[in-house]
Formats: sequence, C-alpha cells, structure tokens
Amino acid sequence: MKILIVGCGKVGSTLAEELDREGHDIIVIDNKASAIDYITDTLDVIGIEGNGASYHILLEAGIETADLLIAVTNSDELNLLCCLFAKKASNCNTIARVRNPQYNAEINFIREEMGLSMTINPELEAANEMFQLIRLPSAIKIDTFADGRVELLKFQIPKNSVLDGMKIMSMNRELKSKILVCAVERGDQVFIPSGTFLLKASDKISFIAAPKIASEFFLHIGITSNHIKNALLIGGGTLAVYLTSKLLANGIKVKIMEQNLDRCNELSEMFPEALIINANASDNNILAEEGVQDMDAFASLTNLDEENILLSLYANKVSNAKIFTKITRLAYEDIIEEMPLGIIVNPKIITADRIIQHVRAMSNQKGSNVETLYKIVGNKVEALEFRVKSNSACVGVPLEKLELKPNLLVSCINRQGKIIIPNGQDTIQPGDTVIIVTTNTGLNDLSDILL
Amino acid sequence: MNKSIIFHIIGWILNFEAGFMVLPLIVSIIYKEQSGLAFLIAIGLCLLFGIPLSLIKPKSNHFNAKEGFISVALGWIVLSLFGALPFFISREIPSYIDALFEIVSGFTTTGSSILSDVEALSYCMLFWRSFSHWIGGMGVLVFILSILPLAGGENIHFMRAESPGPSVEKLVPRIKSSSKMLYTIYFGMTLLMIALLLLGKMPLFDTLTLTFGTAGTGGFSIRNSGLANYTYYQQTVITIFMFLFGVNFNFYYLILLRKFKTAFQSEEVRWYFIIFSGAIVLISLNTGGLRGFFSSIHHAAFQVSSIMTTTGYSTLDYNQWPTFSKTILVLLMFIGACAGSTGGGIKVSRIVILFKSIGKELSYLLHKRSIKILKFEGKKIQHETMRSINIYFVTYAFIYIASLLIVSLDNFDFTSTFTAIAATINNVGPGLDAVGPTGNFGCFSALSTLVMTFDMLIGRLEIFPILLLFTPDTWKK
Repeated sequence: MKILIVGCGKVGSTLAEELDREGHDIIVIDNKASAIDYITDTLDVIGIEGNGASYHILLEAGIETADLLIAVTNSDELNLLCCLFAKKASNCNTIARVRNPQYNAEINFIREEMGLSMTINPELEAANEMFQLIRLPSAIKIDTFADGRVELLKFQIPKNSVLDGMKIMSMNRELKSKILVCAVERGDQVFIPSGTFLLKASDKISFIAAPKIASEFFLHIGITSNHIKNALLIGGGTLAVYLTSKLLANGIKVKIMEQNLDRCNELSEMFPEALIINANASDNNILAEEGVQDMDAFASLTNLDEENILLSLYANKVSNAKIFTKITRLAYEDIIEEMPLGIIVNPKIITADRIIQHVRAMSNQKGSNVETLYKIVGNKVEALEFRVKSNSACVGVPLEKLELKPNLLVSCINRQGKIIIPNGQDTIQPGDTVIIVTTNTGLNDLSDILL
Repeated sequence: MNKSIIFHIIGWILNFEAGFMVLPLIVSIIYKEQSGLAFLIAIGLCLLFGIPLSLIKPKSNHFNAKEGFISVALGWIVLSLFGALPFFISREIPSYIDALFEIVSGFTTTGSSILSDVEALSYCMLFWRSFSHWIGGMGVLVFILSILPLAGGENIHFMRAESPGPSVEKLVPRIKSSSKMLYTIYFGMTLLMIALLLLGKMPLFDTLTLTFGTAGTGGFSIRNSGLANYTYYQQTVITIFMFLFGVNFNFYYLILLRKFKTAFQSEEVRWYFIIFSGAIVLISLNTGGLRGFFSSIHHAAFQVSSIMTTTGYSTLDYNQWPTFSKTILVLLMFIGACAGSTGGGIKVSRIVILFKSIGKELSYLLHKRSIKILKFEGKKIQHETMRSINIYFVTYAFIYIASLLIVSLDNFDFTSTFTAIAATINNVGPGLDAVGPTGNFGCFSALSTLVMTFDMLIGRLEIFPILLLFTPDTWKK
C-alpha cells in the first residue's frame, strides 16, 4: 500500500520503520527538515518538508494515489485537519492520533463525522494495557485475539515452581488446564517448543488460553493470584487519569501523588474516591510515609523518564508490588531492559503497535488475510490470526498430516466463538480463524504455513 | 567502518562487469575477431576476484554516508582497472596507462581518447568503448541497486554518492523501484533513439555505438572523422537526443505521470533550455558567414548540444570557428547539463543557485539587516545545500588549477592545456586546438594522462567520494 505519514516524531518514525519493513511505500511529511533528513537517510522512504495539513503539500506527496494517511503530529487539531483534507482529496483511509481527553469523550462523533478509519489515544491505550496486567498480575504481557475470546499471555516461571523441570507434553495432564505454550524465551534464545521441551525456572513462557482458563492455570501452578487491591500512581497526568477511572470502576483503591497543587485539585474533583497527595515523590521519606511498601501495584508515570526509573527501582527494593514504569524516550533500551523496573510502559510504542495492527487488518482486505498480528518476542516471534478461506490447502486435513514449516505452531482454532486448542487430529475448517505462532516472519496467507 | 559491506559491493560490481563484457564478446564472435579472447580472459579475472568478494557476508547491514562514498569511489576505480584489461591484453592499446585513460573516459562518459586512429581498433573493442558510456551514464551502483536484494533505506547513500547533482532525490519511496524507474526511462529512450537512427538507414553497428555514446553523454565515435560523414537526418536525431539525455530524469518521470505542468515548471530544465538556445543563436550569428544559414544553425545546434550535455561528438572542426564561438563552447563545458541527467559539468542547477546567491550577497551589502530566503524549484534552498555547492565550486577550482599546473609541464600551448583539463574534469571529451575534435590526448606524458584520468573520475563522481578515498582520516579507526 502507499501510506502517507504526517509527523515524524517517535511514533511517526517507528511506524515508518515497521511499515517500510513490511513492504509498504512510505512517504513522510514533517515541517522539521532535520527530522526528514534523518529518516530519509536511514529508511527507504521519501520525505517531504512542509505542513501536512496543507493541500498543496498533500498533493505533492501524492495523496491522490495513497491508500492511507496516518496523522501523528503533536497537535490533535492538525492531525484531524490533515485527515479531513486527505479524505476530501482522495477518499483514502485515515488514522489520526487524538489525545485530548475532551475530544476523547466525543471521539465516536468525530470519527464518524470526519470519516476516520481509526483514532488512537496513546495514553488511553497505555492505560488499557496497564489495566489488563493489573487484572492478571502474574502475567507480564497480555494480547487478545478473536475479539477477546483468546488471550496470549507471557509470564516468567518463578523459582521452585512446579513448572521447573516439567515437559510441555505433561503439562495439560498434570495441571488439568488446557493451555498451549507457544514460545519460550531463555536468555537471548527463543524457542517454539515441541512436546518434549523441558521448562526451567526463569524461562519466560508465552501461552494461549481462554481468559478464564488462564486465571485457573495460574492457580494450578501455585501462583496464588495476589489480587491487586490498591495502587499507588506517581504523577497525575492524562495516563494516570485514564488508569484511575478504570481502577476505581473495578474496586481497586487508588492513591495518586502529584506535585502540582492545581492539578491535585482537578484530580480530586474528578475522582472523589481516590486519595490525592500533593507531594514530590522524589523524596523517599514521603513515599515510605504513604506506605509504598504495602502497595500491590506501583506505577511511576511522571514526565521524566529518569525520575520514573529511580522511583521504580526504589519501589522494587522496598515492596513486593507489581511495578510499572513509564518511559517515553527509547534510548539505551538494552540497559533499561536489564533493570528491575517491572513493566515498561511506552505510550508511543503502544500507539505505533496499534496502528500497525490496524494497517495489517487493512492490507488484509487487499490480499493478505492476517486479522491480527502480535510480536511476542521483539521481532523474533509473531503470533498471527488468519481467517480461513474455503479454498485454502489446509482445510480438512488433520493437523498432524500437514507439512508445516519448521518453528511454526497452529496454536488455536476459533470456530464460531468456540475456542479449540488443537491436537494432531483436529482439522481447520472454512470460516475458522486460526492463530499461528512462528519465527518465520512475513506470512501473508494461511497457505504460507505449509512447506 | 563497515568494511565488509564495501567489499561485498565491490565484489558485485566486478560480477556485473563480467556480465557487461559478455556483450563485446558476442560482437567479437559475430565479426570473428581474435581480440574476443581478451574479453574472455578479462571476464575470468573479474569473476576470480568478484565472486569471492561478493560472497563476503556484510557483518551488519548498517552503514553511513561514509561507506556509501567509499564504496562508490573504490567501486569506480576497480571497475576502471578491470575494464581497461581487454584493451591491454589484446595489445590494441599497448600501454596500460593509456588503456586506463581510455576506459575511464568511457565509464565517466567523457569521450576523450588517446587513439589517433580509431578505425584501427577491432569491432569488439569499439563496442566495449562505447558500451562503457552507456553503463557509466546512469551509474553502475544505481543499476546494481535496481537488481540486487540489498534492502534498506541506507542504500540512498550509494545513490547520493553516484548520482550527479546538489541534492539527489528518489522518484518513488522505494530505492529499488526508483532505480528501476530510472533505468526503464534510460532504456526506453535508448531504444527509441536506436529505432530512429535505423530508420535513417544508419548501419546497425554505428547505430548501437553512437546511441550508447549519446545516451551516456559520452562521445566516443567510431570513425576518425567523428560524426562529419553522417547524414543531416542522422546528425539531427543525435542532436535532439543529446539534448534530451542532458535533461534531469525527474522531468521524464513527471511526464510519465502526466504531470506536465509540474514538469515544465522545473526551473533547472527551463534554464537549461534557455542557455542551450541562447548559445545556438549566438554561435549561428557568429559563424553565419562561413556557411549557409541553415547549415550554420544545424552545426551550431549539434556542437552546442554536444558540448553542453558534455557528450563531445562533433560534425566539424570547431577549431576553425571565431574566438567568440569557441569561448561560448568552453563556457558551456563548465556549465554542463542538468543534475540528475547522464551529463557532466558543474550542472545547471548549481550555476543557477550560485547566481542567486550573488543576488543575496548584494542585497546583504546594501541592507545589512535584510533576510532573504533563496528558492530553487519553488523550495527553500537549505543552508546545507548552499554550503555544499559553495565548497564544491571552490574545490573544483582548486583541483582544476592543480591539474593545470601539472599538465602544463608538457609544454603545450595554453589553450590546449586549459581545455584539455576542462574537457576531462567536465567529462566533455574534446577541447580546443591540439585536443580539439580532430586531435587526441595521446600526446600527453604518462603523468599528465594519469592526472586527467583522475580528473575524469573526480568530475563524474562530483569530487568528494574520490577525495574522501585519499583522506587519511577515512581509514583511521
């Protein structure tokens, strides 16, 4: 597809990089020449310097023949204006980043009136993702398939767990829960495990299961889901607001620490049930006073990455809480990865991921039939959801008779809402959606799974 | 520095060169010439070095502008060193330095020759000489980029280093599609020209070699008399195509997209046309007394087209022209063709931008606080672009002067010496007097020949890739 990206910040350039790798033709528009120079030096894209909301610039970028315009500048209004003009100029699909909570309240109206294919709110997406993990605190990552009927969860095997030294094929029998382990990370290595694979403590395993079964599974392996009952949020920005309203709605007590008094007043007005504390969290005495050591969840959400890192390190030292650290800039990723910072929340990366998923779903209508795609381990392992067409070569053949590519797993079949964790005798039927986990990136069609 | 990727690229350049040499080999088989053996040996040598080098797996696919410049500069030198082999092995050009000059002149689309008797060469050698123009015109790396699966946005560094002009831009987002597009246009125009010349009853061999020379704006002819003995029709076709190959290829891309308005608004193409027509009018008026009216326009147009696009064909000995006309030709040598074409010289866009910056300086002197944004092609000229053009121009002048000093040791008259450098550094071909259309470069000493070989490479790759190669800092860790 031909894709125009307006705004070349972190989100824009991440999108350009990913979509370029997936074979789309990318044209980037930004009014900063230096940003354009940098991106055209490193990626196979065309850069145009100028205002993306200018009709003239859009024409120069070739909007008439574009399939999609993604507006991810810092300004909501500019993004919407770009999409509006693009729509008028060529009737292409449009995606806008809209983060202002006020617009967010009326987002459906905006989306419909302006004919947008998608709007995305980075802070809201980040809050949703955080909430998922607070709901199921044993997991470090949760992605959903088949409209939420299937979940792909990642968690780390603790020391002395029953899973330590267990073979994958004996898991279902011994633990009496139907889950399917589809990827195991051990140090730098990633495995798509076979039945004889031996699990070890501190492996990170990703498995597929229905949501209810997933929580049962955690009970069975003895991780008594320490249900999160209270949370301490540092920094009362937009992300904190979205998260708080979700937490409160689910009966979790929230404490927000914010150093700006005016903001505190606003927060208090918005959330009468929450405890708002006007203090600077960089003083560890204040944190101790507010009982950081007794918290179930702790999230550093200030605007300073360095401060967030420090706060999370401290919380990790003094408490057993599940920790979230917001990081906006991504530099020295590998060093940050090594620190005990709990779950790294990067609204920009989440935004880019969501948009990419949407684009994949779009190109699905144009040939490829991938419904959803998640990256499980960096760029090494992907989980893809395919819709099965009646003429597919895989239909009707028992899975054990299919000649599949190596390092590939048919991990779940969704037949009209019924979730099947398949074994060798199961077959794929037309109309199913199938989840494939693989290290072979770039699959476009279900038939690509065959040798 | 990512050396492995440089070796990898150079390996591929050699492999492709071996492929290119298959064509003259076929020609030698058709004409049953002994010299074909030289190509067989040269192909073997190319592959002997090329295959192992191209099998070196780049340790990382990441590289910067530096690697781009180095690969292109080294690549062109290696291309030339191996390309000279057939001449040398077959003893048709007995001195290796002369053979190197000849092939560099071919690849850089210069068209200067050390041969006094071109017709003595075998057909396959003539073919290889002319074909090297076609290869060098659009660029070897650009060709390789359009074929090899070297994915990645950083490939733009190769394209920038090889393609002429102050700011190289892609036509479409993907570099691979972009280079394919360029080669499609190039190939299409070449075919069209071949068809038109064949229609004019030109023999096939002449048609092919002259078309290669025109398309690459090279200028090797296959007769001692240059192009004087071809018909008016044939000369006119060549005049028109020389002009067309000197136009920025973006123009044709826009035409293909049917964006006629944008295409014809191109400032560079307009100025190119204005300078071109101005020169024809002035020279026709100046030489009008010598021959008939139409004849003088015809020959003025041919020579102007040939010199301005830095092709270097000639239909007459313009040494006989009045000084005014000759001076215009020398000026045209420096101006050159459009950026993004196959032509050489300083390029029309640089000249126009330099002129505009004079206006800016004058305005600054008059009103010290005035702010003036210069625009070219409707866009603001970035400070970086302006700086690189200024530096380019100054470096160009220094190299010119240095070369002039060295070559003047050979003690030729000033006009010959001066225009010999102008003809090589601008990739034109012939100069004036001793190196004029009827002369050749065979009389220079080995040192001067090497200096001019170097100048041709400098001119084609626009100075900096070659200079970087000789900067010690490049090679330090």
